[in-house]
Amino acid sequence: MKRILWLMVLLGLAGFSLSMAQQRTVKIGFVSTLSGGGAALGIDARDGFNLAVRLLNNQLGGVPVEVIVADDQQNPDVARQAVDRMLKRERVDFMTGIIFSNILLAVGDAIFEEKVHYISLNAGPSEYAGERCNPYFFNVAWQNDNLHEAMGQYVNTRRFENVFILAPNYPAGRDALTGFKRFYKGKIAAEVYNRLNQLDFSAEIAQIRAARPKAVYTFQPGAMGVNFIKQYAEAGLLREIPLFLPGFSADADVIRAVGRPMVGIYNSSHWALELNNPVNQRFVEEFRKAYNRTPTLYASQGYDAALMLDAAIRAVGGDVSKKDDLRKAFLAGFNSTRGPLKFNPNGYPIQNYYLRQVIQAPNGEIINRLAGNIFTNHSDAYVSQCKLR
Amino acid sequence: MPPSLFLEQILNGVQFGLMLFLLAAGLTLVFGIMDMINLAHGSLYMIGAYLTATFVGLTGVFWLGVLLAVVGTALIGMLLEFSILRQLYKRDHLSQVLATFALILIINEVVRIIWGSQPLLLSAPEGLSGPIEILPGLNYSAFRLTIIAVGLVVAVGLFLLVNNTRVGMWLRAGASNREMAQAMGVPIKPLFTLLFGVGAALCAIAGAFLGPILAVQVGMGESILILAFVVIVIGGIGSIKGALVGALLVGIVDTAGRAFLPLLLSQVASPEVASNLGPALASILIYLLMAVVLFFKPQGLFPART
Repeated sequence: MKRILWLMVLLGLAGFSLSMAQQRTVKIGFVSTLSGGGAALGIDARDGFNLAVRLLNNQLGGVPVEVIVADDQQNPDVARQAVDRMLKRERVDFMTGIIFSNILLAVGDAIFEEKVHYISLNAGPSEYAGERCNPYFFNVAWQNDNLHEAMGQYVNTRRFENVFILAPNYPAGRDALTGFKRFYKGKIAAEVYNRLNQLDFSAEIAQIRAARPKAVYTFQPGAMGVNFIKQYAEAGLLREIPLFLPGFSADADVIRAVGRPMVGIYNSSHWALELNNPVNQRFVEEFRKAYNRTPTLYASQGYDAALMLDAAIRAVGGDVSKKDDLRKAFLAGFNSTRGPLKFNPNGYPIQNYYLRQVIQAPNGEIINRLAGNIFTNHSDAYVSQCKLR
Repeated sequence: MPPSLFLEQILNGVQFGLMLFLLAAGLTLVFGIMDMINLAHGSLYMIGAYLTATFVGLTGVFWLGVLLAVVGTALIGMLLEFSILRQLYKRDHLSQVLATFALILIINEVVRIIWGSQPLLLSAPEGLSGPIEILPGLNYSAFRLTIIAVGLVVAVGLFLLVNNTRVGMWLRAGASNREMAQAMGVPIKPLFTLLFGVGAALCAIAGAFLGPILAVQVGMGESILILAFVVIVIGGIGSIKGALVGALLVGIVDTAGRAFLPLLLSQVASPEVASNLGPALASILIYLLMAVVLFFKPQGLFPART
């Protein structure tokens, strides 16, 4: 009898220490696009995230962290397998990393069902902003429409008539043109959707030439943007018809690839290199030091995702099983590279949107320069349809 | 529809078609003469593009880079033939498909190991990166015009090679009846190695000139390989003339379909539906063309074997 009692105590102790050990690390599943035409985006986001974790001494909220990275190859099927592995085998506490909206929409429900918080560092589909908003979904970057709304507003104030708009045919592409049209009130010359991952834009460029618009607005993520701008310049249109872009298609990665033709192009962004706050200054400096290149907005979003997790885990005292408290902590916001950031009940941020222009600096480097403010404390258009509080 | 739009799309179609021809020419000869299905043909195209990007980066001169890449890819092609593909000639088509598919996977991984999984940058040479005014009011990319010129020059060169030289005569003999050609003393083994080198060189030219327009990335060969097979089936297996006609047909139908179908559809449907349906219908169009050609001419337009 006494022996059995001892055994029970021992077993209890073992179990206790086991559960203690489990609590001592937080596991983050980071599924992102790390190969193919969209790889530059995922790699920048991952590097930004890893940089923040490293600067926080490999801890988030004071708890040691393990980041498990997987490549979705920009393929929903591959992403589904990777997410399954994260949820079922690795039993991660949080997930983040996905770049493309069509991929997030393919795996989102599986993540929410497991009651795992997903902190999106890029994809911000309208589907998760309105009626189908979810308590386990947060987006640290923006809602898909936002940057395009800002550019629509800017093109509208410049009084351009007859604008040709073009985007790839996938959720974020449709969100993009919807967002642009929400604030641009002039005439649309044509609204054209190209294939996602299309690389030859000769057919679309011929259509633009024939339509004779006063301006062109296009959203092309990753290598598509590089190819579109190069081909648009090669066709001689860049000198004739001004091109307006969201920040995605005019950041350091695209500038590096396209070069000179980019100079002068206006674009919209929620983040800029020279935003004047200590978090951003440290981020830009450390990123340049660690990776020897200029950070993009994707890198800032990855960095911010880690800071957001850090703040929330700290707020719940490291106990990541308290899901409701975590949600409250996420909603309360944190100190980001864009200054203090707050969130709407649908999980999307309330923030400023800026105008940037690509310029050639006196030292010859081609960079984005902050050129003004478009929206202040801007929310997305869908939050009123979300029933969460 | 303004005539300049029409002309521009036809030029786009011809440009794409000529590049397809470079791929299809090697494929059709290998398939027609050696009776060998080589799925790894697209990999040679990828290797050509990667070598071009590397050599252009090293030398700083576009044309020198292209030349080095073409020679390099031809050597790699001949090495492949000599070491691996030669073992497959006597096997049936299924073994060839399996083995060359394995080659695709291996080459993709090797390229990933050497150059990484991020796409490489390859830009058009400085003087050709702008537009040229070909008609009053119609600017067209100088580089795309260069591609058309290069494609035409290579096509003419290939015709002269096949129709006016002894090697060409052997090739034609091999394509129409391999056993008989062998019996008549055509040196088949070195001919095959040479043929493979030529095919690889053509792939490299296509890779070098499509690289700056598209992207130099792993897996770039697979998507274009399917189109190249469509081309040789339409044109007739083993026929260079067939490959040229088939490639131009496929290039023009593909580009025109992509450009004009959404335009036509947008007259009757919303832009989203039009752009959803347009590209889908455009890609069906190519296979429709193939089905129609095969219905009337089961051997393709210009069969090498009669």
